[in-house]
Order: sequence, then structure tokens, then C-alpha cells
Amino acid sequence: MNQSQKLTSAILAITAKLLSGATVRWRGSEPDECQRVYFANHTSHLDALVLWSGLPRQLRSLTRPVAAADYWGAGRVRRYVAGCFNALLIDRHDISVRNSPLDIMLREIGDTFSLIVFPEGSRSVTGELQTFKSGLYYLAKKRPDLELMPVYLDNLNRILPRGEVLPVPLLSCITIGAPIWLHQGEGKDEFLERARQAVLQLKDEQ
Amino acid sequence: MVPIASTIIDNEVAEALKKLLPPIDGLTIGLLLIVISLLVAVFGWMNWLKRRYHDTIDPAMVRVFNRRIVAWLTIYVLLGLTVFLGSLTTLCFFLGVSFWALREFVTMTPTRRADHRTLFWVFFVFVPLQYVLAAYSGDRRWFIAFAVLIPVYGSLFISARIAFAGEAQRFLERTAKIQFGLLICIYALSHAPALLYLDLIYYDTGSGEYLPWDQTKSRLLFFLVLMVQLSDLLQFFWDRLYGRNLIAAPINSTKSWEGLIGAAICCGAAALILQWLTRITPFTTYGAAIMGMVISLMAISGTMTMSAIKRDRGVSDYGTLVQGHAGVLDRIDAICFAAPIFYHLTRFFLGAAVAD
Repeated sequence: MNQSQKLTSAILAITAKLLSGATVRWRGSEPDECQRVYFANHTSHLDALVLWSGLPRQLRSLTRPVAAADYWGAGRVRRYVAGCFNALLIDRHDISVRNSPLDIMLREIGDTFSLIVFPEGSRSVTGELQTFKSGLYYLAKKRPDLELMPVYLDNLNRILPRGEVLPVPLLSCITIGAPIWLHQGEGKDEFLERARQAVLQLKDEQ
Repeated sequence: MVPIASTIIDNEVAEALKKLLPPIDGLTIGLLLIVISLLVAVFGWMNWLKRRYHDTIDPAMVRVFNRRIVAWLTIYVLLGLTVFLGSLTTLCFFLGVSFWALREFVTMTPTRRADHRTLFWVFFVFVPLQYVLAAYSGDRRWFIAFAVLIPVYGSLFISARIAFAGEAQRFLERTAKIQFGLLICIYALSHAPALLYLDLIYYDTGSGEYLPWDQTKSRLLFFLVLMVQLSDLLQFFWDRLYGRNLIAAPINSTKSWEGLIGAAICCGAAALILQWLTRITPFTTYGAAIMGMVISLMAISGTMTMSAIKRDRGVSDYGTLVQGHAGVLDRIDAICFAAPIFYHLTRFFLGAAVAD
């Protein structure tokens, strides 16, 4: 990251905070520099940016949102912005054994970075939480040391809904819950449902 | 030679500064300082009471009261600063408050996906435009634009834009929600800073004639804010001491008829005394008393209206909607209702055009 990107990243974080009016609540967890995977519900293109901006500054440089290459990699401006918030671009269409998103993520985070993922895979149309894709399970299985943090993003679907380009500056809320881990012998579907419930629980806590 | 040259330069600098900065009104600043120190004293006294009688006093009541005092202090300090920095700063300050209040209002009110673009227009076109027009509201032609932008253009535009978006479900309800938010948070509140641009006359009892009122306009804004908050404070005490008959229990569980009448009369008396002592407004002494009462009644109406909306939405405070925010809308509901009425009554009776 060069100087101009550092400056842009600071400006981006402030803009995202102002625009989303986000309040950040930590419920059962505290900000920490240990390696984590923040997994959140996905309703808006702003999700990754707002969640990343909601983290304390020293955590922001250690946290990489996983974003879709077909959106964030398209065009110079978006690529530049993605570079500023240190996004990890994943191609959703060209997935093969050689090009497995999971391996890319594991390689990229090494033993320093945290991740922001949206396990629903794509943005929900209705705002309901969809079933989780299996990536989160394999991530938990291959790296059992990672803290899996459920996050509920509220109201962002009204600030920039699917299919809209211009945002409306309402207020939103980010709730970060207590970490979960993969239990011994826990099946894939069982774990994914538990992770999904952890996000839903934060929604009901409002 | 040198001292003379420097005096000339000093004079020039002083002239330039005078043009740049607004004239400082000693009376407004003095009164502001008195009010601020009174508030600080009450705040200190409240906390002393809380510590001294911590087992008999209701801590929730003290908390509510203290929160209000802190909000008022903030408003007065900001108002004081903007008196030094000029009307444009005041305008920008109110624009910020309006914008935030509208955010809270729309966040709390459910809108549908199809309303997104209408909301974009509301936030980014109507909000700034209304405040730009407020800055030109001193001009008679632009005043009309300022007065009708939102009630005429805004409300028609909103209904049409929602129709164009192509979703018929709950059409009237959606239109009304957005129109109401815009009307209260933006249109009504923009009348408070617009007071600074009024061109007024006053009735001179000596000569029996109407003369131009050439005092600083921030006096009017100060009078309005002071009366609204005095009304709030007086209601608080009247309701607790003598409140027997609630106005509407399902809407608000504290506001009583005794509070409404008591606060209005006390506000009128306070305005009368203030006017008699300081001649702060262009009104006559009795005129000021009536204005004080009107402001008090409007302030209660505003609080009741916002309570009704909050009850309907099932929230107790706009602030609790999004944790950590003070809830701007909770603090400005009274002033939103009082400002346009105060503005228009003042303009109707003492606008410069009356003398023509």
C-alpha cells in the first residue's frame, strides 16, 4: 500500500462512517489483534466497507475483507478502492481445484491477517438471512485456531440496496458477537446452521 | 510617520474585520452567559441533591433531567459560538441538525425498496435547497420560494416520484411518511435560522409610529430557543407537582393539562418580564407575552406529536434506535413545531412590508 492509498483508506473509513451513521456494538467480545474471521449477513455492496471501517484503526490494517472480483475488480476506480481497504478479491465464477478460494484465503492471511467474509455468498434480495455456503466450515476445519466472529449488519440494505448506485445516508448498526469454533466431530450442515443462528441471534438482540 | 501609517493600517484591518464578522450584540451574549451559568448551577445542584439524598430521590428522574440540561447547554454554547461567527454558521449548524434528525426519522420509519430514489432526492436535493433558500429568505421574492418549496414542490414531487417507482402497495402511507419527515425535520426547523434574515419593524410608543428594527436578529433566535426550553422545564415541574389530568395517557404518560396551562402562563409571564427589562424583541411587552404563550403551546404540541409517532413505532426514544446517539429528534421536537409559527407570526405582524 502506498502513501496515496493510505490517505484514501483513511478518507474512505471516515466517509463510510459518516454515510452509514454506524454504531458499533461488541457483544460478548472485545477488539483484539488475534487472527479472526468476521462473518456477517450480506445485503449491500457497502457491507464490507462499513464493517471494515467500524473496526478500530489498528485492526483495520490487519483485517482483509473478502470481496467478489467480478464487482470490486471491475474498473480502475473500484480496483483502487478495493486496494485501499486491503480487500482480498475472489473470483466467484472461475473456481477450480487449482484456483480454490479457500486456499487463496489461507495463503493470503498467513499468520497475521484477519478476514471479513459473507458466507451467504451473494447479497440477499429480501433481507432474510440465507443458508451459509460451506467455505466457512472448511476455513474453521483447516485453521481451528481462528476465532469465528458472528456479525449482524442492520439497516445497510436500506442505505444502499441491491441494484441501486446512490446511497441514502440513514443510520445503521453493527453488532459483533462472541466467537464460535468448530466443535469436535461436528458435521458441516450442523456447524453452518449454528453459525447462521449466531448471526440471527445478534439480530434479535437489538 | 511610522505610527501614523500603522494606525491607518490598523483602521483598515478593523474595517475589514468589521465587515467579515457580524456585530456582536452585548445583550444576547450577556443573556446567553446568564442562562449558561444558571444551567451549570442547576446541573451542579441536581448532582449534589443526588449524592445527598441518594436513597429518597428517584435516580431515573435525575438522569432524565440531567440529560436535558446537558443537551440545552450544548445548544446554548453552540448558539453563542454562532453569534460570534455569523448567520451563515448558524444556518449550517441548523442544517446539520436537520439532516441528522431526518436520518433518525427515516431510519425509524419503515420505507420500501421502491422508495430508495425518492429518499435520495429528499436527502440530497430538498434538504440543501431549503437551507439555501432560507439564507435568501430576507428577499421578498425568494421568501415565497422558501415558504413553498417543501409544502408545494416537495410534497407533489414525493408522491409523483413514488408513483414513478412503480410500486402501489401502501402508496399513501409511504408518501405521507416521507412528506411528514421532510416537513418536520427540515422545513419546520429551517424557520429557526431564517429568523436571522427577517426584515422587521417595531411600534415606537413614543412617536406612535412603526420604525425599522435594527437590532441583531440573533436576539429573536435566542428568544425562541429560550422560550421553548423554558416551556420544557416548566412543564417538567408543573407535571410533577400538579399534574392530575393527563392530556392523552396512551400517547404520553407525563404531559398533563395542568402542565400545559401552567407552563404556557409562566412562559408568557417570563417573556413579559424579559421584554420589559431588556427590550430584546421588537414586540410590545404584551406582544412578547402572547408570543411566549404561543411558543409554549407549540412546544407541547411538538412533543405530543413526536410521542404519538414513537408510541406507534414502539420506541421510547429516537436515541435508543441506534445506541450511542443522543437522539437529536428527541431534543428538537418542540422547537420544530414552535419555529415556523413564531417566524410567521413575527413576519405577519412586524414584517417590513406591514409599514408599506
